[in-house]
Amino acid sequence: MSEIQIQDIIKKENFVYGKTKILTDNVMHYCPGCSHGVTHKLVAEVIEELDIQEKTIGVSPVGCSVLAYNYIDIDWQQAAHGRAPALATATKRLMPDHYVFTYQGDGDLASIGAAEILHACNRGENITVIFVNNAIYGMTGGQMAPTTLIGMPTATSPYGRQAALHGYPLKITELIAQLPGVAYVTRQSVHTPAAVRKAKKAIKKGFENQARKIGTSFIEIVSTCSSGWKISPVESNRWMEEHMFKFYPLGDLKDAEKDNEEDYRKFIE
Amino acid sequence: MGELKLMKGNEAIAEAAIHCGCDGYFGYPITPQSEIMETLMVEKPWETTGMVVLQAESEVASINMLYGGAACGKKVMTSSSSPGISLMLEGISYLAGAELPCLLVNVVRGGPGLGTIQPSQADYYQTTKGGGHGDYQLIALAPASVQEMYDFVDLGFELAFKYRNPAIILSDGVIGQMMEKVIVSDVKPRWTDAEIQKISGSWATTGKTKDRARHIATSLDLEAEKQEIHNHKLQAKYREIENKEVRFEEFQTKDAEYLLVAYGSSARICQKAVEICRSKGIKAGLLRPITVWPYPTKRVAELAHQVKGMLSVEMSAGQMVTDVRLAVSGKVPVSHFGRYGGVIPSPGEVVVALEKFINGGN
Ligand SMILES: Cc1ncc(C[n+]2csc(CCOP(=O)(O)OP(=O)(O)O)c2C)c(N)n1
Ligand code: SF4
Ligand SMILES: [Mg+2]
Repeated sequence: MSEIQIQDIIKKENFVYGKTKILTDNVMHYCPGCSHGVTHKLVAEVIEELDIQEKTIGVSPVGCSVLAYNYIDIDWQQAAHGRAPALATATKRLMPDHYVFTYQGDGDLASIGAAEILHACNRGENITVIFVNNAIYGMTGGQMAPTTLIGMPTATSPYGRQAALHGYPLKITELIAQLPGVAYVTRQSVHTPAAVRKAKKAIKKGFENQARKIGTSFIEIVSTCSSGWKISPVESNRWMEEHMFKFYPLGDLKDAEKDNEEDYRKFIE
Repeated sequence: MGELKLMKGNEAIAEAAIHCGCDGYFGYPITPQSEIMETLMVEKPWETTGMVVLQAESEVASINMLYGGAACGKKVMTSSSSPGISLMLEGISYLAGAELPCLLVNVVRGGPGLGTIQPSQADYYQTTKGGGHGDYQLIALAPASVQEMYDFVDLGFELAFKYRNPAIILSDGVIGQMMEKVIVSDVKPRWTDAEIQKISGSWATTGKTKDRARHIATSLDLEAEKQEIHNHKLQAKYREIENKEVRFEEFQTKDAEYLLVAYGSSARICQKAVEICRSKGIKAGLLRPITVWPYPTKRVAELAHQVKGMLSVEMSAGQMVTDVRLAVSGKVPVSHFGRYGGVIPSPGEVVVALEKFINGGN
């Protein structure tokens, strides 16, 4: 009997997993275990599955994902720190048939860019927001973010965040879920295969909503940053499950489809 | 030929935007320029030309909306007055760094700080010397009439797209608020998608098609050497603009012994001052920079061989006068006269200042 050749195995019907062509072959600069890499992959897969590469414009933030444009093979705009929703607003209004999304960290979205995200969502811009919340400023070396948990040590809260000194962690996603312009708000994570699958479904729905023109879709990914947190990637996942999920519980916060949004809007009008 | 209309400077900006095929206006209210967005909202151009008009949550948002729109190859503009422009500076620097064409309008008011809502020209440095961070330049047009407010919208877009650089109309509260006759041009249709591909298809973020690499609107390059090369490219562009796009106007300079240098509404005041001087036997003339960047340095230098002295007249404590001095390079005395903080000088005051200057005072 002849030996089995590798070519005999690499057949379409045997594939269980493949790298989407929308992801480039560039080596990612992210730290081992960083949630940005998996989240990028999910966004790229969704763009491929919906076949919208030619119609998608991404807006990258200032933060570790500033170079997202090196990894996802679509047209990109690189925004000033916190301003991605403003760029996306104009882009979507000027090209309403395109798919426009922002990809933002928690410092970018919830601190310096709090005004832009709130107002873009409040206007109900038909965009998708991918919000990577790792409760820290990863890029600049682990400083406190608005989302940093009480007691969590960072470079600028070295003795742990204290409410009296630093204020409270900000649940911006809960705030956003209150806005009538927002169609879909969900909080996901990418730390287990099951979580990854759920997160992908959420991202896909976020993009599909753009075709329905029903308002903003906002997808938070509760994330790890082992470099900023100064613990190993495995430890980080454990810490996230134990502490982050308690304060930032996973699940849908709002879904216009299910929540009878029409009635709600009529009510507020 | 277009019809004749009576309108305010600010209204002229709004009308011109619609007429020249502007795709989007994004702004935030501030006196003395709020009529620009108000006029657009009354005109509802989204129902006629398809132009988008949006009141943003802040000037920070409006300038970054411009970045998004400009990156798509669209003709986008904003307007504000001094404090609002200060808020926009980070975004303006990003636009210049990413080489995105767009149009800004600053209807300048008195400062510093919240200052006053009265007219001023104290944002000259901010406009021509950077303002935001990094080595960048804005193409800066200074209108002296309502007609020029109207005309410079189209011209500003033309120059912005020609050089892939933000352009700015540096106006002030006088020109923004005063009413004059304007010859209105025919309506230019907005660019079609195909036209945008032809004009900006090599860089605009219109969606990555199979036949090209992805387009990235960015000002970032983490490698210093690459960032330096990008800066060289920008500087070469700025030198080209300096060579080709200088615009100015002269009044009674042929036999002038003393030269007033003034732009915008100060130039209107100085024109009258020249007439008064001439009636008194003083051979005064006026040079009016129309582009304050690029500056008419060469012409000022030439005139330094002809005149006995120059007086820069500005509604500021003396900003443009530094450009006059640089051009004159010590050949003849140069001085400055200005009222500021929102005060407008009268032609008589300018004449007195010039007489004092001639008699050796400053
Ligand atoms: C106007 C401005 N202020 C500050 C910075 C510095 N800066 C760069 S990234 C960053 C924080 C990013 O944190 P986050 O948004 O949470 O992203 P992460 O790196 O954690 O993914 C800061 C403060 C900047 N680039 N621009
Ligand atoms: S610093 Fe944190 S957010 Fe940035 S790449 Fe590393 S792990 Fe990811
Ligand atoms: Mg972060």
